[in-house]
Amino acid sequence: MQFSENWLRSLVNTDLDSQALSHALTMAGLEVEDMQSVAAPFSKVVVAKILSAEKHPDADRLQVCKVDVGLDEPLQIVCGASNARAGLIAPCAMVGAELPGISIKQAKVRGVESFGMMCSTKELGLRELGISAEATGLLELDSNAVVGQSIRDYLDLDDNLLTLKLTPNRSDCLSITGIARDVAAITGAETRFEAVLAVPADLKAIKNVIVSESAACPRYCGRLISGVNAKAITPDWMVKRIERSGLRSISAIVDVTNYVLLQLGQPMHAFDAAKLKGDITVRFAIENESLSLLNDQTVQLKTDDLIIADASGALALAGIMGGKPTSVDDATTNIFLESAFFPPSVIAGKARRLGLSTDSSYRFERGVDFGNTKNAIEYATKLILQICGGQAGEVTEVLSALPVRHPVKLRMTRLISVLGIPFEQVKVAQLLTQLGFVFTEADSEFTVIPPSYRFDISIEEDLIEEIARLHGYDHIPATAPVANLQMLPAPEARRYQNKLRDGLAALGYQEVVNYSFVDESWERDLLGNTSPIKLKNPIASNLSVMRTSLWGGLLDTLTYNLNRKQERAFLFEVGAVYHQQNNEYVETMLISGLAHGSTKPEQWAADSADIDFFEVKAHVDRLLGTQATYEQVTYEKAEHIALHPGQTARILQEGETIGWLGKLHPKWQQHYGLTRSTYLFELDVDAISGRKIPVYQEVSKLLPVRRDLAVVLDENIAVSEVFNAIKKANIPLILEVALFDLYQGQGVAENKKSLALSVLMHDTQKTLTDSDADTTITNLLQLLQNNFGATLRN
Amino acid sequence: MADLTHLISEAQSDFASSATMNDLEVAKAKYLGKTGLLTEALKGLGKLSNEDRPAAGAAINVVKQGVESALSARREALLNAEQAKQLAQESIDVTLPARAQSQGGLHPVTLTLQRIEQLFHSIGFEVATGPEIETDFYNFTALNIPEDHPARAMHDTFYIDEANVLRTHTSPVQVRYMENALKTNKTPPLKIIAPGRVYRVDSDATHSPMFHQVEGLWVDEDISFANLKGVVQDFLQKFFERDDLTVRFRPSFFPFTEPSAEMDMSWNGGWLEIGGCGMVHPEVFKHVNIDSEKYRGFAFGLGVERLTMLRYGVNDLRHFFNNDLRFLSQFR
Repeated sequence: MQFSENWLRSLVNTDLDSQALSHALTMAGLEVEDMQSVAAPFSKVVVAKILSAEKHPDADRLQVCKVDVGLDEPLQIVCGASNARAGLIAPCAMVGAELPGISIKQAKVRGVESFGMMCSTKELGLRELGISAEATGLLELDSNAVVGQSIRDYLDLDDNLLTLKLTPNRSDCLSITGIARDVAAITGAETRFEAVLAVPADLKAIKNVIVSESAACPRYCGRLISGVNAKAITPDWMVKRIERSGLRSISAIVDVTNYVLLQLGQPMHAFDAAKLKGDITVRFAIENESLSLLNDQTVQLKTDDLIIADASGALALAGIMGGKPTSVDDATTNIFLESAFFPPSVIAGKARRLGLSTDSSYRFERGVDFGNTKNAIEYATKLILQICGGQAGEVTEVLSALPVRHPVKLRMTRLISVLGIPFEQVKVAQLLTQLGFVFTEADSEFTVIPPSYRFDISIEEDLIEEIARLHGYDHIPATAPVANLQMLPAPEARRYQNKLRDGLAALGYQEVVNYSFVDESWERDLLGNTSPIKLKNPIASNLSVMRTSLWGGLLDTLTYNLNRKQERAFLFEVGAVYHQQNNEYVETMLISGLAHGSTKPEQWAADSADIDFFEVKAHVDRLLGTQATYEQVTYEKAEHIALHPGQTARILQEGETIGWLGKLHPKWQQHYGLTRSTYLFELDVDAISGRKIPVYQEVSKLLPVRRDLAVVLDENIAVSEVFNAIKKANIPLILEVALFDLYQGQGVAENKKSLALSVLMHDTQKTLTDSDADTTITNLLQLLQNNFGATLRN
Repeated sequence: MADLTHLISEAQSDFASSATMNDLEVAKAKYLGKTGLLTEALKGLGKLSNEDRPAAGAAINVVKQGVESALSARREALLNAEQAKQLAQESIDVTLPARAQSQGGLHPVTLTLQRIEQLFHSIGFEVATGPEIETDFYNFTALNIPEDHPARAMHDTFYIDEANVLRTHTSPVQVRYMENALKTNKTPPLKIIAPGRVYRVDSDATHSPMFHQVEGLWVDEDISFANLKGVVQDFLQKFFERDDLTVRFRPSFFPFTEPSAEMDMSWNGGWLEIGGCGMVHPEVFKHVNIDSEKYRGFAFGLGVERLTMLRYGVNDLRHFFNNDLRFLSQFR
């Protein structure tokens, strides 16, 4: 909401200066978003009349003017403006004037003495004033302007434009009157509201109004005014106030309705009465009823759109916008003026549905003072008669049940405990009085009847907020709460996300944060997901679907950085992925990583070999924590559309897939233009958040015995199967079996591989004998022979 | 018998000219070997008379000890020299760079979130989470923002379908948490923070369509607006490690709190907006069946990127989501 500070000051008598007023508004919840002076600071510029304009003897484009500035003698001024001519009234900066960037001095211009400067809007630093002015020429003033008057006074330039960023609850401040009322409440200043008197009816004719939806229009006031001059010129003072509120001056009648809207907050509409047929009806639209609006848009209405209609059909969208066919124009002589109240629930959402937002709908959606409907039409009538002439008819008012303002209780105890500061009852009474609220007072309690202009006072908290903001949030101290001390739980069996993050960072991975919405093609092509969750209103086509994997973002981040001369990148992200399952949205937290380039940074002390599968697998094991060693988690050869078919592992936990690890498929490597191999992994955060709390096991006093053996078996047998079988067999005395070499080639038959195993054995009770060890190894070998056809390697 | 004392000095001289252990062994043989001078001399004792033999033997032994002592001195000297040579060979340039490992690190937004969690944890706040694809009900209605309420226009919402949106704030977690607390018979005090991603249809130099918020909620019997100010100010002072920071509240409007405030923080002589807050609205308590006569609560929402920018002097929001390693690696 933008408005002129001077207009506000005309309605409230405050002695705060502009800065202080602005601060007071902001600190009371009416945030002043912007404050700009109407004109740059300048002095000694007056209304002047050019008496004569002669061509400069030595310059084609200059004229030598005699200018009356209200002094005894006219001044001689050299002027280059093309519109400088005898009889023109324009601003003149006299010698000694300080303009933005120029000081005016007596000077010789091409040999001719000049005693000042005639000015354009630009030279005066004027903001949009809407005064007819050629951008390049002198500012042409009205012929009735008084020569010699300061231009600042004449154009009312000692004014500021204030812009309020109003919150949706404060519809009462969508008018100068409302803001003035709040200034009075905040500062205790007095308002200077003009009493609105009923305009006597000189005209017999009335328009019949039928409100068929009284709940949707509890109050409708209409009035005929005949014999108006629609071509009358809107007075300067009104144009100025309208334009300083950010609206355009259109025609006298429209300007008056806008002026009343701005001053009183009541949206008004003027119909051309000659274009109306029969009675005025307020009703809901018939499905698909068509209406051509003032903005040249034709809309098809729905049955919950409230309209103003006549015998011929829809005339206007109630509370939103008037219709084109019945609008006033220069030829209009009779008008039908409307001032009505529509409850917010009737208007809310309707304008937006039609892609509209008007000053009227904006106010009705939030709440318009239903106690002021008739005043507004009287005030508007008075102004129209003043400017356009004519005779006013009787006001037709259709009134039904207006909103009821229920009494709201305010208890001192509640006020004090919510705000946490002491308060005296007399102070609260004073603030309520300043607000203009009607209230009764009992012991430690108030009963308040909210005024018709406030739509945000219905419960005790609403009043507490009013008291708090008038008291000043600044005067509420910052106080530490007093509370019972109790320790928070610290579950040891849980590994928090931050711990996982720290683990990967320690392994050399950099955390990134990518958008949760991605390019649809990533989902489709990289992940084979043809039905991702789509956004209805994406910000860009490449951010239109919700991701089901973090890999797209990681690959994108990789190429972004490779393009910026990075050689290698270890990246990870922790974030949600989104699936739709049985009409429900399911979110899963993943921790995903990408490794690209050499294992170690390029350096003198290590080779620059590319990272391989088993190094990344070690990183994944580290992420899995103790779960990996407790073997709740297994890896299984599998296929994934994004990964190399021969280097992909599905990660399982008790049979459930909890993640993936693999090398990026060569076709994607090529697609992304990657010259070195890239590995990807992902794990479900919830699945890996557990850990076992350690349970002490007896440490043997006896030393273990180690035996090594090499067995040859079919190359297709997964090593994990061998180890699972050994674990399952639970052969007595075996403490640990580990793989210390894997060999294929000379000395081992084709399609076979040799596994070199170290076997640690112990007995907690006695020293192990050779024959005990031999028996154990024989048992182990027997197991491997039976299960896998393994033979002892020679 | 001839006097052999001169052999000591001769042996010393021979040993000294032996440059290696092998040379020394050869030189040793000359005196102490099977046919060495002293060995021979000792053999010659047998030819002497019983009276002369002890004196002569003693004299030879003195010489022999002298030679042996010279030998061991030289042996040690050679050994030391050899060790010194080996040590010299093993010498390295200790100023060479270390064998470099990959350097990882956390995203600056994570660093801020971790600090926020740590600080609030220290006064008993637990972390709560909620979904990012949120129902219209939790994101708006349960927060006292009914359909067509003008406050909805303040949120530029991403829609998934009729009933679901990408959450526009972390406030729905408040409602979910309180609802859940009731179901599990947990009663106030309830103290949570809810960090997470939020979304708004807005993208320019100062707005990102995705960003992070932390919601805070404290419900108890005697929690006031002044306490809200106290907790927020305490947090800001600890987060920025500056005791002189103050917080300013300005009246504002959020349908789910009342009184509501915008929070400004004093910064370099001016005020910076850092989030919104207020006392939990009775309507919200009603949705989750908490008796607003008995309990009061405050809630606040902080912009995580904003805090991160101020903390580390980052001047462009877009850095956070470009993921340029040259930017990210500065926060290790």
